[in-house]
Amino acid sequence: MLRSCGCCTPTLILLKKEKLGGKPSLYLISNHCRIPRMELKKWTTTSKYQIKRFVGSLGTIIIKCKDLRIIQLDIPGMEECLNIASSIEALSTLDSVTLMYPFFYRPMFEIVEDGWRSFLPDQEFELLSSVTDEWRLSCINKEFSVCPSYPPVVIVPKSVDDEALRKVAMFRHGSRFPVLSYYHKKNGMVMMRSSQPLTGTNGRRCKEDEKLINATLRPGKRGYIIDTRSLNVAQQARAKGGGFEQEVHYPQWRRIHKCIERFNILQESLIKLVEACNDQSHNMDRWLSKLEASNWLTHIKEILTAACLAAQCIDREGASVLVHGTEGTDSTLQVTSLAQIILDPRCRTIRGFESLVVREWLQAGHPFQQRCAQSAYSNGKQKWEAPVFLLFLDCVWQILRQFPCSFEFNEQFLIMLFEHAYASQFGTFLGNNENERSKLKLPQKTMSLWSWVNRSEELRKFQNPLFEANSLVIWPSVAPQSLQLWEGVFLRWNRPSKFLDEAHEEMINIIKYNKELQAKVNALRRQLAEMETDDKM
Amino acid sequence: MEHIRMPKVENVRLLDRLSSRKAALGTLYLTATHVIFVENGSETRKETWVLHSQISSIEKQATTATGCPLLIRCKNFQVIQLVIPQERDCHDIYISLIRLARPVKYEELYCFSFNPKLDKEEREQGWKLIDLNEEYNRMGIPNNYWQISDVNRDYGVCDSYPTEVYVPKSATAHIIVGSSKFRSRRRFPALSYFCKDNNASICRSSQPLSGFSARCLEDEQMLQAIRKANPGGDFIYVVDTRPKLNAIANRAAGKGYENEDNYSNIKFQFIGIENIHVMRNSLQKMLEVCELKSPSMSDFLWGLENSGWLKHIKAIMDAGIFIAKVLIEKDWVSFGHKFNHRIQERTYSLWAHLWKNRADYLNPLYRSDHSQTQGTLHPQMAPCNFLYKFWSGMYNRFEKGLHPRQSVTDYLMAVKEETQQLEEELGILQERLANLQKSQLDNDKDKSKQQDQSKQLGLFNSSNSLANTPQEYSSDLKSFPSRSPSQGDEEDSALILTQDNLKSSDPDLSANSDQESGVEDLSCRSPSGGGCLPSEDSGKDSDEAVFLAV
Repeated sequence: MLRSCGCCTPTLILLKKEKLGGKPSLYLISNHCRIPRMELKKWTTTSKYQIKRFVGSLGTIIIKCKDLRIIQLDIPGMEECLNIASSIEALSTLDSVTLMYPFFYRPMFEIVEDGWRSFLPDQEFELLSSVTDEWRLSCINKEFSVCPSYPPVVIVPKSVDDEALRKVAMFRHGSRFPVLSYYHKKNGMVMMRSSQPLTGTNGRRCKEDEKLINATLRPGKRGYIIDTRSLNVAQQARAKGGGFEQEVHYPQWRRIHKCIERFNILQESLIKLVEACNDQSHNMDRWLSKLEASNWLTHIKEILTAACLAAQCIDREGASVLVHGTEGTDSTLQVTSLAQIILDPRCRTIRGFESLVVREWLQAGHPFQQRCAQSAYSNGKQKWEAPVFLLFLDCVWQILRQFPCSFEFNEQFLIMLFEHAYASQFGTFLGNNENERSKLKLPQKTMSLWSWVNRSEELRKFQNPLFEANSLVIWPSVAPQSLQLWEGVFLRWNRPSKFLDEAHEEMINIIKYNKELQAKVNALRRQLAEMETDDKM
Repeated sequence: MEHIRMPKVENVRLLDRLSSRKAALGTLYLTATHVIFVENGSETRKETWVLHSQISSIEKQATTATGCPLLIRCKNFQVIQLVIPQERDCHDIYISLIRLARPVKYEELYCFSFNPKLDKEEREQGWKLIDLNEEYNRMGIPNNYWQISDVNRDYGVCDSYPTEVYVPKSATAHIIVGSSKFRSRRRFPALSYFCKDNNASICRSSQPLSGFSARCLEDEQMLQAIRKANPGGDFIYVVDTRPKLNAIANRAAGKGYENEDNYSNIKFQFIGIENIHVMRNSLQKMLEVCELKSPSMSDFLWGLENSGWLKHIKAIMDAGIFIAKVLIEKDWVSFGHKFNHRIQERTYSLWAHLWKNRADYLNPLYRSDHSQTQGTLHPQMAPCNFLYKFWSGMYNRFEKGLHPRQSVTDYLMAVKEETQQLEEELGILQERLANLQKSQLDNDKDKSKQQDQSKQLGLFNSSNSLANTPQEYSSDLKSFPSRSPSQGDEEDSALILTQDNLKSSDPDLSANSDQESGVEDLSCRSPSGGGCLPSEDSGKDSDEAVFLAV
C-alpha cells in the first residue's frame, strides 16, 4: 500500500510495517505536513535512484543511498511508482541549502548542551595559554574579510601582528596564511598549516611570510615543510601563480614532498571500491584485482604515511612542521588531523575527537558541501566531489584497529560521523566554511550534531569498552599487511553482522561484570575497614 | 654430534628483515637440536632459538664486503637472515644445517630427546587424552547401523588408517578388503562423522582405481552399505574434492572417480580443491609476497591475488560448508597421517602440552550458551569473496610491527582473570563481614588484615602502557644538510621520495637485500623505529612493550 503525503518538500522516506508481519507502507514525509506520532526508526538520504523495471502494474524503484545502502522498492501501481520516483528525484536534488532537512528538523530530545557552543576557539586558546605564551588569538578575520575560508579567529605567533598577517594572506593561495594547528606539549614543537605560497614563475617572495613561519622555530632549530603534492605538481603550480617555499628564502626549513591524491582521483577510487564491494558474482581473483584497482587502500597508505611523518618530525626530530598542499583545505587537513591523533591522547577521546573535527575540518574550511554531496553513487562528473573526509575517518579506523584499547570511541562513532557528513538532520556539516555557515545562520536555524551526540544515552553507543587512557604517542604500521578494508562502512549492508554483534555484546558484558565486581569489592572493603576501626576505638 | 662442523661462530650479524640498517651483532651456536643466536648486548643478551626440524630451507647467498649472508626460512614462516664474516664458516654452518634439518631416522627427531620431566604415568596420560572411541561414542556410535571393525589390526589392510575403524554393520570384512584393493593406498570408505539427529554420516576414502572402465563389486557394495546405514536416505552424495579435470586426467593412470552408472543411488559431485602441488606453489608465492621489502599496496594485493592462496581457502570453505562441519582432530590426525605406536613409549603428546597450557589458547568471548555455539554454524555461503582475508597473524607472525599493538584477546583474558580473583575476594570479604557483624561485641578482630591491603585492585589501570616507536615513514628524516643557506638550490634539495620514484630508479629494490644506503625503504615496516632517530628516546620504548602489558 502506498501513502503519499503529496505536498511540498518531504525529506524522509519511511518504510513502516503497520502491524507485525504486515506489508510495509512507504511514506514520503513532508516537512510541513506532519504525521502525528510517527516514530522515525531509519532515515535515509538518497543519492541516486533508478526505476528498474515495470512488471505488469508493479514498478520497482532502486534507491542508492549516500551511506552506501541500496534499497529496492516494489510499488504496486505504475502511476504511483512514477510519482514516487519523480518526488524522490526532486527531493534528493534540492538546489537550495535552506530547503534541506536540517532547517525543518525538530529535535525530539532534550537539549542539555548547545553543540554550536561546545567547541569555541577561545576555549582551545585557553588550553594553549596554560602551557605557552608565544601565541595569540587574532581576530583579523572577524568579518571573513581577510580569508573567506578561515574562521573569524585564528591562532598565530605572538610576534607577528595583524598588519603582517594581511601581507602574508596576499602571498598565500585563497589567503590561507599559516596558522597554528597543533602544539606538542611534550617538547613545545608545533604544527602549522596553510595553503601554497604564491611564488609564481618569478620566484616571488614575502618577507612577512618568512618571518611568520620562522617565528614558530626555537632559536637554532629548524623545521620541516610537508608539501602534500609531488615535486612535479608543486613545480607545475608555479605556472598558475602558485608554488612552494624555495630553500634560498626559507633556509631554516627543509621541504618534504609526500604526494596525496585529490578530487576526481579519490572519487573514482571510491566509486570503484563500492562497485567491487557490491558485486557479489565475481570470484576471488576478481575481487582482489578490483580491490587493488580501486587504489583505495593505496590512498589510505599514502595519507597515513604523510601523517606519521609529520608526527615523527614533531615528536622524534623535535622539529616544528608546516603542512600544505595547494588550497590547504583537503590533504593538508588529513595530515594535520591524523598527526594529532597519533601525537595527542586527547584527540583519542570522544570529546577531543569532536573538537578535532570542529577545529581541523569545519573551522579550517574543508568544503563539506562540495566534497560530500553525492557519495559513491554519483552519476554525473561532480567536479568538487571527493571522499576526503571519509578517507580521514578510514585512516582513523585503521589506527583504532591497531590500537583497540587507546580510543574512547568505537567504530560506530566514526561510521556515524561518515553518515552525518553526507546527510544529516543536523546543520553541523552544512556549508563549505564558517563564513557560509554564519550567513546561513545555522546556529540559530538548525540543530548541532554535537547537541545530539553528547547526551549520555547517545554517547553510550559510541563508547569503546576496551578504552584505557594511553598517554603515549601511538605509531601505527602502514605496511600493506596492516591495512584493511573498512568493512564497517563498505560491507555494512552486504555482510551479516549478527554473530559479530553477539561477540561484541559478550565483550561488553565481560567488562561490565568486572566493573560491577570491583565496585562491590571496594564498597565491602571500605565497610570492613570502617567497622574494624570502630572496633579499635 | 658428528653433523656439526662448526659449533660456534662469533661476530655474526642477525639482520632485521624489515630494515637493513638494523642488525644485531652476536654469536651463533649450533647444538644437536637448535640453532641459537645470542646477541652481544651486555644487558639484554637476547636469544633467538630455532629448532632444526623447524627449518624449511637454507640459502647461502653471494658473499659481500660485510660477509656471507645465510637465509634460514622456517616452517612457521619465520625468516632469519644472518651475515657470517668468513665464507668458510658460513659454508660449514650451511652444510651442517642442511644435514641437521633433514633427519634420516626418527630417532634424530627432537621429540625423542625432549624431556619435560613428566613421569611415565603422566606421559601415558597425555597420549590417552584424546580417545577415538570416546569421540565416536559421543556421536552415538556404535549403534544399530555402525560398528567398530578390527579389519585393520596391525595396519594389515591400510597402513595410513588407525587400527580401529568404524564401518556400516552390513559391510563384511570381505567387502572392506575388496573395496580397499580398489582404492588408492587402500583407503577404503570409513566413517568420519555421524549425526545422531538424522542418522546422516560423513565417510571418507581415497579415489577409486577405476581407470577408464574398471569396476569393483565389493566397492559398490561398500557404498550401498553406507547408504543403507541411513535408513531414511535414498541416495548418498559422493563428493570428489578435486577439480574435474584432475580426476579425468587421473583415469589414464588407472585411478579416477566413481561412475554413477555403476553405483546404485549415488549422486556424484566435484568440488574443485586443487592438489597439494598447486597449493604448495601458492603458499610459496604468498610467502614471497610476505617477504617483500616495503611493498606498495598494489604489490601486495596483486601478489596476494597472483598467489591464488585465498582462492584455495575459499574452495575449501565452500566444500566444508557443503559437507558441513567435521571435527578437526579426527579428520586431520588420526586418519590422515602415518603414526607409529611405538612413538608413544618414548615421546610426549602434543595434546597434553596444549591441554596444560590451555589458558593461552582460550577465546574469552566463547560462551557455550550463545546461539552461535549451539548446533551448526552457518558461515556466509554467498560468494562474498571479501570475507576471505590475508592472515598476517600467521604468515607474518614474526613481524610484530605489522600487527595490532594492543590485543583485545589479551585484554579480555586479563579482565576475566581479574574478575575471577574479585569473585573469590568478594566471597572472603562477605564471610569476614558476616563474622565481624557476629562478633562485633567481642571486639574480635582476627583475620589477615594485610591481605586486602596488599592486593591491588584494577590490574590494568596503571599498566596499560604500551610504548611503541615510529617506523620508517620516510627516509627523509636525516639530519639537515650541512651546507650554508646561500648554497641553496631548491630543486635539488627538495626531497621527493615517493614509491614511484624509487621504483623507476631501482625496479628491483624489493628483491635486493643489499641496497645502497641512499635509497631506503620508505614504507614503515620496522617495528622499532628508524636508526636515524634520537637514541635516548627509543631507549624508553622497548620492543617488548608493543603488546598490552597487564
